[in-house]
Amino acid sequence: MSTDLAPPLLEITDLTVEFATRRGIVRAVQNVNISVGRGETLGIVGESGSGKSVTSFAAMRILDRAGRIAGGSVVYSGIDVAAAPESEMQDLRGREMSMIFQNPRAALNPIRRVGQQIEDVLIRHVQATRATAKEKAIAMLERVRIARPQERYDAYPFELSGGMCQRIVIALALACKPRLLIADEPTTGLDVTTQKAVMELMVELTRESAMSTILITHDLGLAATYCDRVVVMQKGAVVEEAPARQIFSAPAHPYTRKLMRATPRPGAGLRDLLPEDAPQEGAPQSPAAQARAGEPLLQVENLVKEYPRPSAASFAAKLLGRKGEDKPAFRAVDGISFEVRRGETLGLVGESGCGKSTTSMILMRLLDPTSGRVTFGGQDITAIPARDFAAHPLRHKIQMVFQDPTDSLNPRFTAARAIADPILRAGRMGARDEVRARCEELARLVGFPADLLDRLPHQLSGGQKARVGIARALALDPDLVVLDEPTAALDVSVQAVVLNLLEDLKQRLGMSYLFVSHDLHVVRLLCDRVAVMRGGRIIETGSAEEVLERPREAYTRELIDAIPRPPA
Amino acid sequence: MSALAEKPAAQAQSAAGLSATLRHARYVVRENPVTALSFGLFVLFLVSAVFGPWLVPHDPLASNTSAALQAPSARYWFGTDQLGRDIFSRVVVATRLDMWIATASVALVFVMGGLAGVAAGYYGGWIDRVVGRVSDTIMAFPLFVLAMGIVAALGNTVTNIIIATAIVNFPLYARLARSEANIRRDAGFVHAARLSGNSEPRILFTQVLPNVMPLMMVQMSLTMGYAILNAAGLSFIGLGVRPPMPEWGIMVAEGAAFIVSGEWWIALFPGLTLMLAVFCFNLLGDGLRDIVDPQRRT
Repeated sequence: MSTDLAPPLLEITDLTVEFATRRGIVRAVQNVNISVGRGETLGIVGESGSGKSVTSFAAMRILDRAGRIAGGSVVYSGIDVAAAPESEMQDLRGREMSMIFQNPRAALNPIRRVGQQIEDVLIRHVQATRATAKEKAIAMLERVRIARPQERYDAYPFELSGGMCQRIVIALALACKPRLLIADEPTTGLDVTTQKAVMELMVELTRESAMSTILITHDLGLAATYCDRVVVMQKGAVVEEAPARQIFSAPAHPYTRKLMRATPRPGAGLRDLLPEDAPQEGAPQSPAAQARAGEPLLQVENLVKEYPRPSAASFAAKLLGRKGEDKPAFRAVDGISFEVRRGETLGLVGESGCGKSTTSMILMRLLDPTSGRVTFGGQDITAIPARDFAAHPLRHKIQMVFQDPTDSLNPRFTAARAIADPILRAGRMGARDEVRARCEELARLVGFPADLLDRLPHQLSGGQKARVGIARALALDPDLVVLDEPTAALDVSVQAVVLNLLEDLKQRLGMSYLFVSHDLHVVRLLCDRVAVMRGGRIIETGSAEEVLERPREAYTRELIDAIPRPPA
Repeated sequence: MSALAEKPAAQAQSAAGLSATLRHARYVVRENPVTALSFGLFVLFLVSAVFGPWLVPHDPLASNTSAALQAPSARYWFGTDQLGRDIFSRVVVATRLDMWIATASVALVFVMGGLAGVAAGYYGGWIDRVVGRVSDTIMAFPLFVLAMGIVAALGNTVTNIIIATAIVNFPLYARLARSEANIRRDAGFVHAARLSGNSEPRILFTQVLPNVMPLMMVQMSLTMGYAILNAAGLSFIGLGVRPPMPEWGIMVAEGAAFIVSGEWWIALFPGLTLMLAVFCFNLLGDGLRDIVDPQRRT
């Protein structure tokens, strides 16, 4: 390895970072040793709270005001980062080391043209003069493969898609030809196909100029696919460090093994995700549910949702009362039909903007469709307007588990109050003891500790919040539960547990699930049948195995191929 | 019945929330001594507002022409005015009236502006348009002139000062509440509440409003200072409170005539107290913002 010959570009020795909080000092990172060689791509993998981002922030010395480097050293090509004056650091950042952030839209200035933002960096680090900046910025846009760079130079961030914004951020980070690039979850929140394109671009550009890269991610598969060496972190400490190939073929630390086990992958069943010592038995299926299984529960026919497009008329024309030519309305959902049978899980798969969320909102009767029919248990529920549906008896039968467990719990309600809300509204139970007993029963059902019922959401972990959300959805014995990417915001080990819980609950209670997701691995684990959506239409349906193993449509194949696959 | 069942949960929640808030308040005060100072000042103003009349050394209304226009001394700490009344006693006793005007007007605008704003932000549509245009109309006037106009039109009473102060502050509250409610309109927990079968007004009051409250409390503290200044300003130009009632604004107005002849203390001390009160509430608002700001809750 090159690291043996030349001194490493970045050497982190015994790094300890502390944060001052009101509960005293918290050590986020403890005695971490990491080195990055010239031209090397290093992956730092860990779950939330493992200290992977804090380590990289310390390397650039951009910790927030409560944090400080309490021990150890960070040396970047001979410069002691912890001791360097701020002016020197400012010069280093951007020119020598730069960073790509998780949310590209938040990292760009929303009211400045993207080309100008690239110019700013170039001029700040004296890589260009006012005269040459524009030319260089456009060249940069070209390098990150933005089509029509001359035009895009004048675009604002909101006019570009998430993937394009991330390309601009990469262009910004690489504009001054830094020698170290730190990418902090660069593709989280992007679609799989976009993720693939962005990662490949990043790897190609850094290889081209022999740049060193630190890729921070929670996704072992991603790290193994694109990195030379992987460091696994847990609770602020490095637990394993090995070449990417080796970490997959022979993981040494139990935590790495646990992470790998929990990552959905081809060939692994739902139970395989749990740690080896977890109980393996599934829940018995209730006989009543078995008897009714297979009957159609939900039928969707020619569902359409249109949104009017903003008028094309210019502002001045509007002032004069002139209308631009009317564009056809935007069809978010374009005539889709499918059915969900009793006791079945149907996966609705597609990338962002394909209309899957709009569809689930209509099915939940939170949104009225433009046309089409939704029949639930033989009754046409589209005949009841969304605003009156809250009082309808069928309201209890269709429930939902939301994508973000934090956002879906009222921050001022305790867990018990959140679970009790549907029960109280349905007015099925009167006495407070009865409601409380039902809450405790539901908590037991979803594996939520009963002594945490009086806690507020911010006092609970992500997995616990997810359980509260599931308990709330189950409170009124629904027949259909829509799962809207219920594990997208969770760590893989928690995801494994929650997915198993959902499957057990379905077996035990005989419900049907509509599973909305973009993650094909997860869909394969949970779903009986899959419908693939694109541009508001369903382009392919079939059994999960059929669609994922032998896709008929090119687009489905593209989706499957875009999932990062670790080297075997 | 369901209300009964909700109670213990709500109590447990508020108890847990309260102790956490208290802990955090202690942390903020320790970290930021200026906030502690403003809390201290606030307590001082509170004590003089409640117990003022029993604490003062002289009758604030009793004139004593033989002791007129005396400079501050051991007997008259802030001196005496042209009628020989003790300025210190008058300043302390005036706290109650000024605080009452500020508190009542802020409470009034909190209810009016808060409800209108939350409804506008949550429902959107025509409610939003009406609340927005009413706010714009109020903002179009110089606020103090508008307050003057309202008091002049409605009549020269303390009640009308309260109403006028509330009206000029309406846009601040309505807009804040609107933006806060608007970002929560499509939050996951609001959708979840709809799925639980909550009606729209119920979601507004039980889900959205409680989450808007913390920032509104900060806004209240910040506008308290402005409300005091506004009330004093109106009295200064002769609207609202009438002599001989002790009130900071009038006292400054009365003292202003004597500054040229060298009796500076008549206007200075009530003015200083007024400044201190506004200062105190603004700092208190800053401190409160730190307490309710989740960013500071590490």
